Amino acid sequence: MSFLGSVWLVVRKDLVVEFRNREIAYTTLFFAVSTLLVFSFGFVHEGRAVEDAAAGILWVAIAFSGTLALGRAFERERQNETLRGLLMAPVQRTALYLGKLAGILLLLLAVEAVIVPMVGLMFQAPLFRYPVTLIALLVTGTVGFVAVGTLFAAMLVRTRSRDVLLPVLLYPITVPVIIAGVRGTAALFQVDADLPMARAWLSMLVFFDVVFVTLALWTFEAVMTE
Amino acid sequence: MQRKTQKAKGRRQKAEGRRQKVEGRRQKAAILWVVLLIAMLVPSAAFAQQQQPPKPAAQDGFVPIDQLQPKEELPAAPLVMAAYAVAWLVVFAYIWSLWKRLQKVEAEIADVSRRVASGARR
Amino acid sequence: MSKSFPVLTLILAGMFVYAPVLIVGAPYESTMGLVQKIFYFHFPSWMAMFLAVFVAGAASVAFLVRRNPRADALAVAAAELVVVFGAIGLITGPLWGIKAWGVWWSWDPRGTSALVLWLIFIAYLLLRRFGGPGSERLAAAVALFGMFNVPFVYWSVNLWRTLHPKTTVVSSLPVSMGAPLWFSTAAFLGLAVALLMLRTRLEHRRAELDQLFLALED
Repeated sequence: MSFLGSVWLVVRKDLVVEFRNREIAYTTLFFAVSTLLVFSFGFVHEGRAVEDAAAGILWVAIAFSGTLALGRAFERERQNETLRGLLMAPVQRTALYLGKLAGILLLLLAVEAVIVPMVGLMFQAPLFRYPVTLIALLVTGTVGFVAVGTLFAAMLVRTRSRDVLLPVLLYPITVPVIIAGVRGTAALFQVDADLPMARAWLSMLVFFDVVFVTLALWTFEAVMTE
Repeated sequence: MQRKTQKAKGRRQKAEGRRQKVEGRRQKAAILWVVLLIAMLVPSAAFAQQQQPPKPAAQDGFVPIDQLQPKEELPAAPLVMAAYAVAWLVVFAYIWSLWKRLQKVEAEIADVSRRVASGARR
Repeated sequence: MSKSFPVLTLILAGMFVYAPVLIVGAPYESTMGLVQKIFYFHFPSWMAMFLAVFVAGAASVAFLVRRNPRADALAVAAAELVVVFGAIGLITGPLWGIKAWGVWWSWDPRGTSALVLWLIFIAYLLLRRFGGPGSERLAAAVALFGMFNVPFVYWSVNLWRTLHPKTTVVSSLPVSMGAPLWFSTAAFLGLAVALLMLRTRLEHRRAELDQLFLALED
């Protein structure tokens, strides 16, 4: 079984299981929308948003719903005790990690496909001014967040207090991702968009992704081996 | 005769228990009502007290620049002393915490070694 | 406990007694005056914290690769020191800042980066405390990620804000200010080493205790 074949197998398994009842997809999506709303009440004053609020609220919603999705995805594995099965299968650990990463990444990107237009509507954010850069920021930022999150969520599966420990561990470490995502998106949403700035943030996100996916691949191997 | 009194006692205790349960439930319900009442009264009172919304600041005119300076009047000496004091305190608190933890572990080791030694002799 | 520990302690005690003499003797800085003297403890605390971050990260890698419990002991000791020295830096910073810049916290790059790193290692300690058995390896991953995060946190926060004295301050210090600064730095780093030795000793004794309990059960 080729490496990519293994990865695809894991992704396909997750997608099939998810499509059966779509529990995580629907609840995560609704949670993201609710978060958008709640934060809007904090940052919208007299009908207009505080400067750069749109970008900030968007990424907070991504971070919160991402944490939720990560926790739930691995909780499902734990409840059905399938994680042990996966670990015992003749699948390379790194393929397993990438497969889970891809699955949760697809889920989050699907959620973002809904909330980004919502943000555009709610805050009159210019989504189509630089769509490619915007999408690149969203994808690289989400990859960075999910890369670290998948590793931690997988390792926390058998740990006590795992529900609260995931955000406790995840948020401080993904601070650069959040900063870059928010500031890059804000640079694009500004009245006079700052494309070079957005590109600077994008390059930082790319570096982060490369470094931390590599680190996570190595660490997953080291930690999951009994 | 003894059995009858015991049975009677049992019945009395049961009745007492039931009364206490009912009383407990009544007390809980009372507390709940009081809380609900307060929860409704307080915001109403707050709304009643609310004055006109304050005028937007822009209408008050500009604030003169010389009233906005940073805290130059703050004396530096207490800050410096506080900073050094904090550094010392934190370090010593940590050393103390380490010391206590070490004491505890050493005591436990002594205790368990004794038990292991005496157990081995058996 | 190694023989060098008492010697180290004595030297450190002497250094910490002498440091205030040097600091009081240092000249006043022209724009900030007396309050700038907080620098002589503030900067060394940060140096000690960064030393601890890298020790924790390196020890965690060693632990993940070789599963050596002594590496894990060193990692947890270093993580505690990150929190201790970070706390000193995070408290002395605002005490300096309120006088020098008029605000308690200004979200400047170095301060904010340090805060994020501090939080990462608090998360490490929380995980070890509440994660239950088997959380050592996950904690090692956290420390490892924390160490590799240093440049990214600094890069991102720096691109976001700037107010701190520029990095060139330290290298351009006149000798009269350099001497107390580097003396204090040496003292703090020595203190960090001494505390590491103490804390790893605690961890080793705990491991011995666990072995004894196992022996008891036999």
